[in-house]
Amino acid sequence: MSALDGLYQELILDHSKRPVGKGALEAPDGALTASHHEFNPSCGDEIDLSIAVDAESGRIERLAWEGQGCSISMASASILSQLVRDEQLTIEEAQLRIAAFREMIQARGAGEPDEELLGDAVALQGVAKFVMRVKCAMLGWVALEADLRQVEGQRA
Amino acid sequence: METMSALTPAEVAELRAAFPYFALQAGLPTPPAYLDAAATSQRPAAVLDAERRFLETANAAVHRGTSGAVGAATEAFEGARAAVARFVGAAAPEQIVWAENATDALNIVALGIGEASANPALGVPGSERFAVGPGDEILVTEAEHHANLIPWQRLAARTGATFRYIPVREDGTWTIDDARAALTERTRVFAFAHISNVTGYVAPVAELAALARSVGALTVLDACQSVPHIPVDLDALGVDFAAFSGHKMLGPNGVGVLYGRPELLAALPPSRTGGSAITRVTMESAEFMPPPMRFEPGTQPVSQAVGLGAAVEFLSAVGMERAAAREHELVERLVAGIEETPGVRLLGPADPAQRVALAAVSVEGLHAHDVGQFLDEQGVLVRVGHHCAQPLHRAFGIASSTRASVHLTTTEDEIDRFLDALRGAQRYFGVEVSA
Repeated sequence: MSALDGLYQELILDHSKRPVGKGALEAPDGALTASHHEFNPSCGDEIDLSIAVDAESGRIERLAWEGQGCSISMASASILSQLVRDEQLTIEEAQLRIAAFREMIQARGAGEPDEELLGDAVALQGVAKFVMRVKCAMLGWVALEADLRQVEGQRA
Repeated sequence: METMSALTPAEVAELRAAFPYFALQAGLPTPPAYLDAAATSQRPAAVLDAERRFLETANAAVHRGTSGAVGAATEAFEGARAAVARFVGAAAPEQIVWAENATDALNIVALGIGEASANPALGVPGSERFAVGPGDEILVTEAEHHANLIPWQRLAARTGATFRYIPVREDGTWTIDDARAALTERTRVFAFAHISNVTGYVAPVAELAALARSVGALTVLDACQSVPHIPVDLDALGVDFAAFSGHKMLGPNGVGVLYGRPELLAALPPSRTGGSAITRVTMESAEFMPPPMRFEPGTQPVSQAVGLGAAVEFLSAVGMERAAAREHELVERLVAGIEETPGVRLLGPADPAQRVALAAVSVEGLHAHDVGQFLDEQGVLVRVGHHCAQPLHRAFGIASSTRASVHLTTTEDEIDRFLDALRGAQRYFGVEVSA
């Protein structure tokens, strides 16, 4: 597989064409909510990512985003949405996954990503070889990170 | 441009051999197609050698001390200034101020006007002529590079002057009629690009400068994309100030140029002050040197200036008319190829006669970063992004674009590889449009 095919895997192209989690946030009553706008000034890609968290359990009940950008940034946000939705992550679990994802993306292709933690997001490992695309892949994840900090502040 | 014969392909091949970057790549199975000269140009050995030779044989602290070595280094440094002056049609070398880059050069003007506006007493004799304030207008266009936009926004904010801009038309261009409608008796500064770094559109500078003069406005020209590509005679164009950068015209990084009309530079206050830009300093105050040294405080980019001097000698030896005629042929080929490709939108004028040096496109259904990634794999090096012109991209309704830019070393094959790769990207991502 060429580096380019490694970057643009079928799964990524599918997610970029039919993104998961795109739309407005519908927060359940009583949930803690947070929203963050993340912008990549080098290309103009942007994302608004919102979450609703159960105050008691700290689980992310809903995640929704709006944005525009390249197939990598859009697919990455979509895969992240799916991960959060499928696994009903808590704040701490999501933070762990963000850290693992960041480590994979910044590893320049070295090491094996933790598939158990990252699920389909391991498909984005190919990005690590393209230093100029790291920000694209991180866009949604950085936005979620900021949301989680906001919610933590509300719970404290 | 038709009066002078274009460089022939054989001459271009010879030229490329004079650039180590191209000579070294020529041995590769797929040498890169370098179509990013508008971002930064490659440098001929003559430029690299001049810089190195200066450092190896003549380096000394220019304009400081009395030794013969300093004298020789100062001569080389000032000789480069004279060479640049000749190259851009400045009657006197003192009209050429060294800056870090074109952005810095534009800031010297905007900040200098700010100084003159804030406290004329702090300035230099005659600086009142630059003072702007509430009721005055500063005019730019929607097509400007951020470097020729933000300094003016800030000048307006600092002084209370009104910031205005000429909106672009659908194709990203603006006309002299648009300028006529926007310029008023209150306009004090009119800043615009000679050639847009996104659309390649060539502004009618001489007419615009005359128009601005008729209402008493200063013209500030961003000449970054013109000086490297076409013959430019700044005195004849009648602009008041102009800025361009060394690294886009075969010269080194770290040196740019501010051009100014002598009587204006003489009245412009310095915005950055320090050593060697002064005449008499007391514990209370300082008096400043005449231009250009007034605007060159601190240690200067000496070897870079010497390298830029070599770059303009190189370009002059090739002949800017012949280089421009050659680049015009390349741009015609580029634009024709883009127009023949369904699903690819050309930004800027469709008539190649109205543009110089480059063409940016937006590919339907594809983000510029994805286009750029595919092109990169094909060895086609272009610029993707907003090219420091977010407002212009917003006017086009897009966030980013893919820009191919040519130079006197560009070949037809490189243009064709770009066009093939564009179509390849459409196929790869499944967004091709049938004709």
